[in-house]
Parts: sequence; C-alpha cells; structure tokens
Amino acid sequence: MLINRKTFIRTGSLATASMMIPRFLQAFEHTASVPAGNKVVVVIQLSGGNDGLNTIIPVRNDIYYRERQLLGIKRSEALPLTDEAGLHPSLTAFRALHEEGHLAMYNGVGYPNPDKSHFRSMDIWHSASDSNVILHTGWLGRYLDAKCAGSARPTKALEVDDTLSLALKGEQVKGLAVTDPRRLFNASGDAWLKSQMAAHHAHEEAPVDYLYKTMAQTLSSAEYIYRQSRHHPTSASYPDTELAKGLKTIASLIYSEIDTKVYYISLGSFDTHVNQDAQQKRLFTELNGAVKAFTDDLKANGRFNDLLLFTFSEFGRRVKQNASNGTDHGKANNMFLISGALKKQGLLNPLPDLSKLDDGDIAHTLDFRQVYATVLEQWLDTGAEGILGKKFGMLDFI
Amino acid sequence: MTRSLQTRNQHLLWRAGFGPSASTWETLADIPVKRMLKKLEEESRAPFVPFNIASVTTEAYGMMDAMARREAQKKSRDEIRDMNLAWIDRMVSGEQMLREKMAFFWHGHFAARTQNSLFTQLLVNTIREHALTDFGTLLRAVSKSPAMLAFLNNQQNRKQRPNENFAREVMELFTLGRGQYTEADVKEAARAFTGWQFDREGVFRFRANFHDDGEKTVLGVSGKLTGDDVIEILLKKPETAAFITRKIWRFFVSEQIDEAQLKNLSVKFYKSGYDIAALMHDIFAADFFFEPRHIGCRIKSPVELIVGIRRILPMQLGKPDIQLLMQRVLGQVLFYPPNVAGWPGGKDWIDGASLMYRMQIPRMVASREMPAIRAKDDDDQEMGMGKRYERRAMRPLDTRIAWDQHFSSMAKVKREDLLTATASLLWQTANLPDVPSLEKHLDVSSRETYIQSSFIRLMGSPEYQLC
Repeated sequence: MLINRKTFIRTGSLATASMMIPRFLQAFEHTASVPAGNKVVVVIQLSGGNDGLNTIIPVRNDIYYRERQLLGIKRSEALPLTDEAGLHPSLTAFRALHEEGHLAMYNGVGYPNPDKSHFRSMDIWHSASDSNVILHTGWLGRYLDAKCAGSARPTKALEVDDTLSLALKGEQVKGLAVTDPRRLFNASGDAWLKSQMAAHHAHEEAPVDYLYKTMAQTLSSAEYIYRQSRHHPTSASYPDTELAKGLKTIASLIYSEIDTKVYYISLGSFDTHVNQDAQQKRLFTELNGAVKAFTDDLKANGRFNDLLLFTFSEFGRRVKQNASNGTDHGKANNMFLISGALKKQGLLNPLPDLSKLDDGDIAHTLDFRQVYATVLEQWLDTGAEGILGKKFGMLDFI
Repeated sequence: MTRSLQTRNQHLLWRAGFGPSASTWETLADIPVKRMLKKLEEESRAPFVPFNIASVTTEAYGMMDAMARREAQKKSRDEIRDMNLAWIDRMVSGEQMLREKMAFFWHGHFAARTQNSLFTQLLVNTIREHALTDFGTLLRAVSKSPAMLAFLNNQQNRKQRPNENFAREVMELFTLGRGQYTEADVKEAARAFTGWQFDREGVFRFRANFHDDGEKTVLGVSGKLTGDDVIEILLKKPETAAFITRKIWRFFVSEQIDEAQLKNLSVKFYKSGYDIAALMHDIFAADFFFEPRHIGCRIKSPVELIVGIRRILPMQLGKPDIQLLMQRVLGQVLFYPPNVAGWPGGKDWIDGASLMYRMQIPRMVASREMPAIRAKDDDDQEMGMGKRYERRAMRPLDTRIAWDQHFSSMAKVKREDLLTATASLLWQTANLPDVPSLEKHLDVSSRETYIQSSFIRLMGSPEYQLC
C-alpha cells in the first residue's frame, strides 16, 4: 500500500481499529449496580399477527360470539377486567398486574391503509412509516441516531435474538443482536479476529473501515455485556422457556447497568390460521410465565418503576373465524403496556366497534405512532417528531 | 495507481458475474480484460434456458377444502424453495453468468413477493430471458406478469374504484423515480391500467369490462389511454433512462457516482432504444470502471457472498437447504424481497450479528460445523408453522470441499509467497494481510493445510465481504 500524506494523517489520528476498543470501553467502565431511576423500555413483539379479539375479549358482544361460534372465549372462562371485557384465560399475570394498577391497554391500534402481508406490515410497525412509504431504518434505530450522534454505541439498544430487526437499524447507528452474551463473548475471544483487528490500519477505503469499526464495536460490546451481566446476575427463578430466558438476561443487564435504554425480544408465531386455540394458549402461557417472573424480579429489586414494557403485533385478525378453527389476517389490534409508573391504568380507550368493521376487520382508532411518540418523549426523553417524521398526538399513560 | 491485471479481471468477474472460480484463476493474470469481457458476453448470448419447476394448479384455492388448500400452499412454497436453490446453483455454475447477474439485479428492481410458485417462475423466467435485451420489452413483460399485477393489487384496480398501487410503483420504482410525476399522473395512469388482469394459469388478460376507457392525461399526454400507452409514455421520457442507468451504476460500479460519465451512459442508453447489453458493455469496457476507487468498494450481498464462496471453493453440499438458512440469517432470500423497493444493499447488509455470521461461513463450511443460529420467522413463508424454538446446538454440516484444484494451481508458488498469492485471489481491497500475525493462526503442518487454512482465514475477514 502506498502511504501518501492523507493516509498518513488518517492513520495517525484514527490509529488502528484495535485501539478503538479501550477507548470505547472506557466510556462505561464502572461496576456498581445502577441506582433506580434509569428508565428502560422492553418491547415484546408478538410475531405473526396475534388475535387481539381473543386476547382482550368483548365478553358482552353478540357479534363477537356470532362470528366466533367455536373460537369465541366464553364470558365465564375469561379473566374479568371490566363489565365489558375479559382477558384470555392464560394471562393470569396480566390480570394480576391490572389489579395492581400496573397494566394499561389500548384497543384498535393500527395505521391508515393497512397491509395484510406479515412482512410489509411488520416493516411498517418497525420503521413507523406511512403504509405507502418505504423506509430502510427503524424507529428505535433513528432514536439511536438521534441519541448517539458521534459516539456510536450499539449497546444502547439490544435485541435478544440472533439477527437484528429493522426496528433497531439506524442510518448511522445500529443496535446489537445478542442471544447469549457468553456465546458472543466466546466468539470474540477468537485470537484470529483480534489479531486481524490489530493488524488492520485505517486506510482510505471507507467500506473496509466501516466493517472493521463494526467488528471492533461488536467484539468490545460482547465482552462488555458479558462482563457486566456477570456482576449482577439476577437470582430470581424464571420458567424454562426461550422468552423467559431472554427476559432473565434482560433483568441481569438492567441491574448491571450497562447504558442500554431499549431491549427488544420476540415471541411467535401467532399466525393462527388453523386450530388457533391450542397455539395461542401455548404462546400466552409462555408470555404469561415470562412476564410474571420478570416483573416480580424487577419489583423485588426496586426497579419496576423504571420499566416500561409493551407488546405489539403486526396486525390483528379477522373478526369472523375461518373454517379451520383459526382466523385469517386482519387489521387493528390491541397493545399491553406494563410499568410500575403508569399514570393511567386499565382499558384506556373503547373496545373495538364490531358493528363498524373495515371490510370484515377491526378498524383502527389509534395510530401506533402515537404510542411510539409518547414512549420517546415521556420515557426516553427524546424529541419524537424528528424520529417519526411528523407530529403525533401524545397519550397520557406515562 | 492501476491495479494488477489479475485484480482487474477479478473485478470484472465479481461485477459482471459472481466472482472467479477455482478452475480459472490460474489464467486470471494472463487474459486481457477485454477478452474476459467478450467471453462473458458471448456465453450469455447462448439460448436462454427457463426454469421448469413449478407445477400448474388450475384449481382455485377457493374451491378446495381447507386441507387441500394447505397442501397446495405447502407444495407451492416447496417449489419456490427448489427454484431458489436451482437459481443459486446456476449462478455458481458460471454458465451465462452475466445473464444471471443481470437477472439478479432485475430481481431486486422488479421486486415482487408471491406465494404462488407458478407466478414466481413466470416472473423469474421473464427477467432472465430479457435480462440483456431491451428495457422496454422487459418492462412490458414484467408489468403484465401475474406476480407483479397481484403483488401491486392491480386485480383490484377497476373502473369506478381504481387502486393506484400498481401505477404508482411503475412510475416511482420501475421507471421515472420519485419527483418526476405528480399525484394526478398516478391517478390518471391507474385508470389506464384498469382491466389489466390475469387468469389462474398466470396468463395476462385484458378485461374490457373492468377498463376505464375515458379520457386521461398522463405526463402531459391526453387521450383514451390504455396501460400500454402509459408504458410507452414512460419509455419516451429520458428520465427513465437516467433513473435506470443510475441504479445500474450503483449496483455494478459504485456508490460513488461520476455524474459526467453517468450522463453519457444514460443518453446513449436512451438513444439505443434501451439496449441493456450495450449499456453493460459500455460500463464494463470503460476505463472508469477499473479506476482503483471502484475496485473492492462494494459490500457483497448475501447471495453474492454465498455464490462467490461456492465458486472459489467447489464443494458438495449434503444438505443444500443450509443455503436457505444462510440467506435468511443474512437478510436476502431469493423471491422474498422485503418490499417492492427491493433490497437496499450496501451498508444495510451489515450489523454486528450479520457481520460476525458472514465471517464464520467459510470456517463453518470447512469444519463442517454449523453453529446454533436461528433466523427470524417469516410468516409470509411459514404460515405460522415456523419452528421458532427448534434451536439445536452445533449441527454437523455435510459439506466436502474439493481442494485439489487449488493445490495444483498453487504448485509452483513458493511457500513464502503462498499467503500473498491467496490474498490477491480473495481480496479485492488494496491492502494485503499482515503476514506475520496471520501466519500464527495458520495450520503449518503441511503445504496443503497451509493453503487450506490460508483460504479459510482470508475468507473469514472483513476484506472478503467486499468486491
């Protein structure tokens, strides 16, 4: 390689990629458990299109029982919420949270001109775009861009999974996907990768530098997450499910206080075209057990007030069940919001009007981006308009 | 500084195809680039061989009972999967590589998702057949393909209640690009496309009773316009040539655009009547194409990465399905583009997890071990039947790499030059590996293991992600 003056200056100032690691790590080198007050968001994505009508059940609605001859959940089986509404029988922990005033629910959440493809609708929820606009970045990724400009830190938003969702991809900064901090840490222990980084000198080819920078950040983040999560591992017991394991990891990270503000995790598949009952029950049992263990854990450690957990799904399902005891793709859906610091609790808006359907589907009465805007402004202390591209009315649940 | 002849030949092979193959690399330092290009062009002029994998289901899903419908849907998904692997194999084979690379580009440009294997097959055969002919023919054929008409809701686009989706994307993504038309143009064009439908066998049908035959004005042209008229109006606009040429430049040359060169190319493309083969020749034969700044600057897409690995490391795959998992984990599954805009590409391919996985693939293939990794569900493909939680531990991978070709090609290379020779084959970037530090991680027990471990290490690097 020819060393010209420009290369020399850049090499001198940027040094090598390996030198970025200590500097990167110095930024958060402290081991004390974080004091209460550092707010975090946990997003649980219910992939596949959860049937919201069998989640928050309109137990006095004749249309519901008429259209759900076999799938309708009887009033006597639903866990009572209000006179009008009950919860799916498997969601006992949600019922208990409701009793304590730690659960809020929105109905009819969606967006104009809904799309019924899983992939496209999920992208709309991830990117927070209008349905006829295609964005390559996610709303949390743009939050990272806004927060981390200049100091790219992938640990600010963590997804507990093997691959990274669009929601966490920003233009400049991307969140980090990690299922098992230990496994990622072990991969980062590969001597070859380390020597490669040490040998890499910043040169003029921007794409290579970008890759080395991403690699350096990933390896140092892995090491950092792994080390920190071992300082304050939670001792609470969790069910032996994938989701519960993920939430347990998240709890340990919350106590260890790395600088993470957003955790993201998914459960699925809720795409219940066939024999919905068994599939939804199995998934809700997993969801219920994991959320119970997690919220109990955070309460016991005095951090429940710092948590805002919410669920969403890319769409709801048709009101009328199909011939296979399942339901097909629908439109608007409900969302659960859980926190020790809710300002408003319970059902925050009316149940869907089943007599005014949008071509057989629940019409949206609340734009999901109002929830995002509220989370960004009220919980993450960040201007929402720049991230969402336009102004959305604030809600008052936090 | 001009790059070596070998690097320039490899540059051409990566951009006009899927990279050098194990069997040809000895000659890369000798063949003039022009001759390499001529060879690629001649091969792709050979008769086109369509895929013939999808079965034709003439029975409507609506007429089947639930079980029969599920089975038909599963069969369709399996056929799309088989077509995916068949296309990958074809890219690996190097037969008509320029045609397949061009078709791969058009697949991202004319991006559609359908669960119907027949429609998928019709569309991929259309873009492969016309990949190098002229853009007008390609555009007309794609616009009348059932996959695109269905994906963009034109079945619902009818007189009195138009659906604008198809008309909008034809203008925004396929021809003019945003900002070159008004909302009124979209509305009027949507009226012109009413009645463009297809039947169950995927044959295009113009249904006159759904067509709005009134007066319309699109981009300043008025009359009782039909869909065909609108396509011709769009092709008459030089902006269409400019939009397509820019996209081709970004895909085949670089994210860095030389506006003057681009303008020349696009004017010539327009004047030629949208001759795609001629445009590609003008790019690949030009001096600017070989400027050092354009070499090794492009992040390979997941499909390019997988195909490139198989070309340079010829291997038997006991379970070819592993390539589907790789595509899913890395974010590019053939026939399942994320949306009508196709794959964004570039830095979008890279995040911490995807980069680490990309760098592990060569080692996985060589060590025949697949780490426990899970792709995200795609319910459009899985219909809720995805085995989300079947995460197995390290799995054995039934792969066998044929190394003999490399051992014989390298026979005359001195031991101390082996690493550099291998790097110049595998890395298109200007930098060379740091030999002393790399050597510590190589298996030096024999010349063969030294070569093997050099390949695997050099391919498991950030540099190898670029072409």
